[in-house]
Amino acid sequence: MSDAHADVSKHVKTYIAVFATLATLTVITVWASTWHFSHPVAIAVALAIASVKATLVATIFMHLKWEKAGNIWFVIALTAVFFVFLVTIPSLVHSDKPMGTVFTSWG
Amino acid sequence: MSGDHHHEPGFIRKYVFSVDHKVIGVQYGVTALCFLFLGFSLMMLMRWQLAYPGEEMPFIGNIFGEDAMPGGVMLPEFYNSLGAMHGTIMIFLGVVPLLVGAFGNYVMPLQIGAPDMAFPKLNMASYWVYLLGGIVMLCSFFVPGGAANSGWTSYPPLSNIATTGQTWWLFGMVCLITSSLLGSVNFIVTIIQLRVEGLTMFRLPYFVWAQLITSFLLLLAFPPLEAAGVLQLMDRLAGTSFFMPEGLVVSGVVQTQMSGGGSPLLWQHLFWFLAHPEVYVLILPAMGIVAEIIANNTRKPLWGYRAMIYSTIFLGFMSFIVWAHHMFMTGMGTKISAFFATTTMIISIPSVVILTALVISLYQGAIRFTVPMLFALAFLPMFAIGGLTGLPLGLPASDIHLHDTYYVIGHFHYVVAPGTIFAIFAGIYHWYPKVTGRTLNNALGYMHFFLSFVFINMVFMPMFWQGMAGVSRRLYDQTVYAHGDAVQSLTIMSSWGAWMLGLAQIPFIINFFISAVAGKKVSNNPWDATTLEWLAPSPPPHGNFETVPVVYRGPYEYSVPGASEDFHPQHVTTEA
Amino acid sequence: MSAEVLPYTVKPHPVTGLYNGKFGIWLFLASEVMLFGALFSTYVFLRMGAPETGPTAWPTGEETHLNWMLGGLNTLILILSSVTMVLAWVQFKMDNFAKGRIYLIITAILAIAFVAIKFKFEYAHKFHMDIYPKTSVFFAIYYTMTGLHAIHIIGGVVVICYFIGPGAKLWEENREYYTNRIECTGLYWHFVDLVWIFLFPILYLL
Repeated sequence: MSDAHADVSKHVKTYIAVFATLATLTVITVWASTWHFSHPVAIAVALAIASVKATLVATIFMHLKWEKAGNIWFVIALTAVFFVFLVTIPSLVHSDKPMGTVFTSWG
Repeated sequence: MSGDHHHEPGFIRKYVFSVDHKVIGVQYGVTALCFLFLGFSLMMLMRWQLAYPGEEMPFIGNIFGEDAMPGGVMLPEFYNSLGAMHGTIMIFLGVVPLLVGAFGNYVMPLQIGAPDMAFPKLNMASYWVYLLGGIVMLCSFFVPGGAANSGWTSYPPLSNIATTGQTWWLFGMVCLITSSLLGSVNFIVTIIQLRVEGLTMFRLPYFVWAQLITSFLLLLAFPPLEAAGVLQLMDRLAGTSFFMPEGLVVSGVVQTQMSGGGSPLLWQHLFWFLAHPEVYVLILPAMGIVAEIIANNTRKPLWGYRAMIYSTIFLGFMSFIVWAHHMFMTGMGTKISAFFATTTMIISIPSVVILTALVISLYQGAIRFTVPMLFALAFLPMFAIGGLTGLPLGLPASDIHLHDTYYVIGHFHYVVAPGTIFAIFAGIYHWYPKVTGRTLNNALGYMHFFLSFVFINMVFMPMFWQGMAGVSRRLYDQTVYAHGDAVQSLTIMSSWGAWMLGLAQIPFIINFFISAVAGKKVSNNPWDATTLEWLAPSPPPHGNFETVPVVYRGPYEYSVPGASEDFHPQHVTTEA
Repeated sequence: MSAEVLPYTVKPHPVTGLYNGKFGIWLFLASEVMLFGALFSTYVFLRMGAPETGPTAWPTGEETHLNWMLGGLNTLILILSSVTMVLAWVQFKMDNFAKGRIYLIITAILAIAFVAIKFKFEYAHKFHMDIYPKTSVFFAIYYTMTGLHAIHIIGGVVVICYFIGPGAKLWEENREYYTNRIECTGLYWHFVDLVWIFLFPILYLL
């Protein structure tokens, strides 16, 4: 993109701040894992923190905050949709078994 | 693009390790045609065993050695290898490289007026990685135990415990997938970034749109198979159990050397997440080729150009959420089955829209029955048969009866063989003058078309009856079952069709090579076509166009009322 | 074909606002998302399908023998390397080649440190305890995911070293082109970091 020099150097502070935040969140997520939450809550907390960190990396380091190119947003959106399909649908077979059949472990 | 700094690259850089999209396109085309013929030959061998089970193969039975065909009789293991490798070679080494690697590479940059692909070196890498994958696949025939023999789908646990050939297959697939990924990135960037001035998205030829959507399918659907391939390699080489359940029994022996805890279903999900979009990778560029040829030979604009594009986009999107219709019989519950049956019915709508638009485009056209047009016309009913016979397979209730029978074979071969491969032939006849500056011989072309058309139907039509009679597609010898023996005559008919189809390719092979040196020389635009590739010289030089063209109109302005010519090229400003 | 002939190799396209390489690297990252997505899908699938008890049950945090301190340290190293990567780009953008190169070198050193910790301390320790990929599906997915991620790190290091060494010639010829390439490398590098941000909790902490 056509950032002027001044713009770029202004970002340096942001980058350092983001680094500090990411480091803090890493410590928090480790610390939170020692609280012995019930399993679903622990997973939710850990994934929530990871998502915040990932969002920070994507928006600041990967410059999505300043990204105006529609093509990139389109690709990201498309990939996100298919990613969700890919991660969720295969596992649904664990909760949807054919009726009237007894399964001991695997379907 | 001016000739000032033009220094000729050496022979190697020009024709072997070339970064020119046209040379790479031709490399892809010739290599893939060889693989296509090889894949076809494997099937002709199989057809002997199917038609005359246990009989000695005449003439060539002895050249395959004692490990494969002792006494000229095919062993079941060799038969399985042939089946698996026929599927793999035809799809991943033959048809897709032809449609995308050859036609996409050669024609697409010309149609958008670009001097080359956006990343020429990546393009070259894509071809060489593809060739490497192909060589790995070929070498696998000579490893102990022969080539992969677990079907082109490589379902575990069978594939996990199969002979070494399967490991080679997986390495080969990883190469092919990498090649496709490099190609698809290149295609998308080229189409979006390198269109010439005036060539808006809705002035693009339909072929380019088809390539664009196809590239997105390859880009996003192939990586999961790459991951699955890595997982299966781990299973085979590191002894993991991604696809192996606990307490698996193989040949009466409980497997204890692995931990268990995995599931064969996982492979099927990851495999079909690729392989269903792959079906559309096989068909969309074929539709693109057919659309170009129909518009050109009916001398009419395509009917419903925009509707076709919207349908293609929708089709591409939906193709990612229909994959489990290949898995109705794996013990999925009714909810998931109902979801996938519904999406499958929905995805048939855009296919029908595209096909209907192509058929309506013929209406009231002054059709020129050239050889490419004949292949393109034949594509329409053949693809329709293939598509419509797919509907009963997309519904769980009817799929229970038809699953894994010859009906399935008939269905997808109608889509891919008389469908896509006919479109490929149409494309070869259509663009051959652009690539070589000479036309293919018409008489040989007509002979090739009519013989192929008759015999290809003779191969695949009987399969529907066999399938409905319940004959499994995986039988080495169907006559051992009464229901199979009853329809054995259909198998024999199919086999003879296949061998005759092989002979029917001889005119094409002769034509292809002889015409390159002795064909009739033609002008840059022998078909009076409107799209940009016909503006470039035949064959186009390095850099493609003498001056950068500017586009002023849509891709199919044929028979414009009031115009003096019946075609109106995209780059021409005023009325001719 | 020399690169100058192709349009938008260096300068952004007036309509899309992108130069070719940047669009290309984003598309490549999209395919990477699907690659790792399939492995995440595998993780979820295996974990949800694992029985509550028995030999194939999913191991608890203690049973995995994974050292969260080493994992956490590696997380910090990777985050830090992301910052140095982006700072390198800032320096090149400001025409400051020497400083940018130093940041690139730091990035490469951090990345090598990551891989060294991964192989020298983590994998070696596991092998020492007779824990291999075939031990259980948990370790199968652990080794596969972290292994594939490590390969991505190594690939990134190779590219970064190229731009520190022989690739730096491009700076003399065309500064903007060089800076663009660093930007693309950076995008890839941050993506690898991003993957690790998810791998760390799901493998080490949960």
